[in-house]
Amino acid sequence: MKTYLLPSLKLTLLLIVILAGIYPLAIAGVGKLTPGHGDGETIQYKGRTVGYALIGQKFTKDEYFWGRPSAVDYNAAGSGGSNKGPSNPDYLKQVDERIADFMKHNPGVTREQIPAELVTASGSGLDPDLSPAGAQVQVARIAKIRGVSAQQLAQLVNEHTEKPWLGMFGPAKVNVLKLNIALDELKK
Amino acid sequence: MNSEISGVIFTYLLTLALAIPLGRYIARVFKGEKTWLDFMAPVERFIFRFSGIDTKKEMNWKQHLFALLTINSVWLIYAFICLMAQGHLPLNPDANPGQSADTAFNTAISFLVNCNLQHYSGESGATYFTQHFVFMFLHFVSAATGIAALIVVFRALKDKVTDKLGNFWDYFVKTITRVLLPISFVIAVILAFNGMTTSYAGKDTFISMQGDTVHVSRGPVAALVAIKHLGTNGGGWFGANSAHPIENPNYLTNITELVAQTLIPVALVFALGFYLNKKKFAYVIFGVMTLGMLMLLIPTMNAELNGNPAIAKMGISQPTGAMEGKEVRFGPASSAYWSIITTVISTGSINSMHDSAMPVSGIMMMLGMMVNCFYGGCGVGILNFYIFIIIAVFISGLMVGRTPEFFGRKIEAREMKIASLIALLHPFIILVGLAISSYVLVHMPNADWAVKPSAWLNNPGSHGFSEMLYEYTSSAANNGSGFEGLGDGNIFWNFTTGIVMILGRFLPIIGPLAIAGLLANKKYIPESAGTLKSDTSTFGVMIFAVIVIIAALSFFPSLALGPIAEHFSLR
Repeated sequence: MKTYLLPSLKLTLLLIVILAGIYPLAIAGVGKLTPGHGDGETIQYKGRTVGYALIGQKFTKDEYFWGRPSAVDYNAAGSGGSNKGPSNPDYLKQVDERIADFMKHNPGVTREQIPAELVTASGSGLDPDLSPAGAQVQVARIAKIRGVSAQQLAQLVNEHTEKPWLGMFGPAKVNVLKLNIALDELKK
Repeated sequence: MNSEISGVIFTYLLTLALAIPLGRYIARVFKGEKTWLDFMAPVERFIFRFSGIDTKKEMNWKQHLFALLTINSVWLIYAFICLMAQGHLPLNPDANPGQSADTAFNTAISFLVNCNLQHYSGESGATYFTQHFVFMFLHFVSAATGIAALIVVFRALKDKVTDKLGNFWDYFVKTITRVLLPISFVIAVILAFNGMTTSYAGKDTFISMQGDTVHVSRGPVAALVAIKHLGTNGGGWFGANSAHPIENPNYLTNITELVAQTLIPVALVFALGFYLNKKKFAYVIFGVMTLGMLMLLIPTMNAELNGNPAIAKMGISQPTGAMEGKEVRFGPASSAYWSIITTVISTGSINSMHDSAMPVSGIMMMLGMMVNCFYGGCGVGILNFYIFIIIAVFISGLMVGRTPEFFGRKIEAREMKIASLIALLHPFIILVGLAISSYVLVHMPNADWAVKPSAWLNNPGSHGFSEMLYEYTSSAANNGSGFEGLGDGNIFWNFTTGIVMILGRFLPIIGPLAIAGLLANKKYIPESAGTLKSDTSTFGVMIFAVIVIIAALSFFPSLALGPIAEHFSLR
């Protein structure tokens, strides 16, 4: 037994130092050179931090673009999805209620215009994005409340639409927090 | 073409383009030839000298197993103690408590065996200390264990009659210093520059645009995520794993993490060809594995891109596909690809919630884990495949009326017994676990556990059954993903899946090593006109048939009660 146990113990000790000590500290050092200095990139507005670029936050007021439903209510101390199965009757009822709620707040929008992400919860519960269609469908509501032209808002959404990576790979998306800050900055 | 689908194709082709040279490199490392990372040699010499290891001492297969099991036992005890005590240990900026004994039992096994089933949430159930000194450490060494075991089998296949199969410590340490550590470093740097956090600052607080006070969990995530994928481990920093925006910030990191987890399993197939100088044989294996993967992937992509029929009935549009549990920045195509890659390979990380996937996708993900060797985890994927090769050789031999031989060695009763036992072990531990949990659910609904059995299932009917089936399949395959709606944070699940995980890890390592060791000792029979050729497509078809019959069909009844039933109820 000694032939194996002693080397095992010593090897373990040394590898812990290398793999769990030196390696992550080296990465933390590299992280200091990145845009967010390894702390995560924050977004400033009117002289204060209003959020993290990557972390979705709750927008429920009618004058803002809403984000997606969240199973953790955008509590970024945790994270998670609803884990509801596609055939679960309670879940389908909930989706139906979200559709009804969305239509109540967005009169004139038809069911076919609502993209699925606006009535389904994301995997992390912190999804920061919408599809361009998910933002555009809310333009009429916000234009009316804020008294700006729908055309101007649609243009704003277009400006904030991030194209697929390299223009070829993956979906297009809109960061809801950045879009809403731009919305507040619009001259009325 | 749709940019989501082209993204998936690009990701796979990039993986291949990197895996082939990596395979050649890995073969060179373990043949002892010159490589451009030879500057690591002094580090290795220091490690061996410090640990009192003489790498020139060659081991037979039993000694290899002794070494492997001894060091794994050390890690198990170490991990268990750390997890229980984490509340009192340093590096705990969020003041999280220690884990309960049953959770620590499950978690320690889970990370030891490269499974990473997580019955806790990273934000609250682990500390920076355990994330580093237990999880990140085990990410490296569990992957290296699997690869080192595979190298022993490579060696046994190569040499003519011999006992001496190299030195386990040598294979193990070189896997870390020459493969895992350098590549992890590169991946972690890419991830860090794309917004993944690396600092030790702990939680932050801000006031949102609407005036809500929000706490944000952070941490040195990038270093962990790199090896979590490269080592096909899958255990994430955050509860939502790689669906979390910090753990997977954008489409580029998504591609990086996908390539990282597929890279070594595919490279090892090519490494086998280069190491044994039997490239055609490697292509046959690669072909069978890729065919299997595609047969699971295509129906999944189709189901997810078409969206949920029950939601379509409500009249809203699903232009991108099913979105429940998915992130906008990845989209359903890449989420479908990830869910298949992570299950055929034993990673178990996720970028979407598998519990909310379409029933067809659920079938495909579970089949991926039931087969567990379409690429498979680091090292162990090919070890699992090796079992199917042995069975296929034996059956083909019987069919043509010849003594079954593989690489010049006769396969006889003893090897076949081992291979059959290992092949049957997987369905056995999954289905027995499932039977017990179903019994407990029905007959003891109010048992006094952290989560009562009556509250286990997050979804009614056949989908709830699928949650339990998935959990045991994932444990036995050392995968670690879950239908996370399952209330698994209690003593029943912690204990039963812990046992399933440990059996599902070590027996499938011991079996192939034993067979390879036994075969290496046998008389070498030179190839003749009567030899069954192992590097032909006919033999590939034979292996595929064996896999389908043994691995897939034994699960058909349970799949029928779960996701297949749900699929038809959704129509």
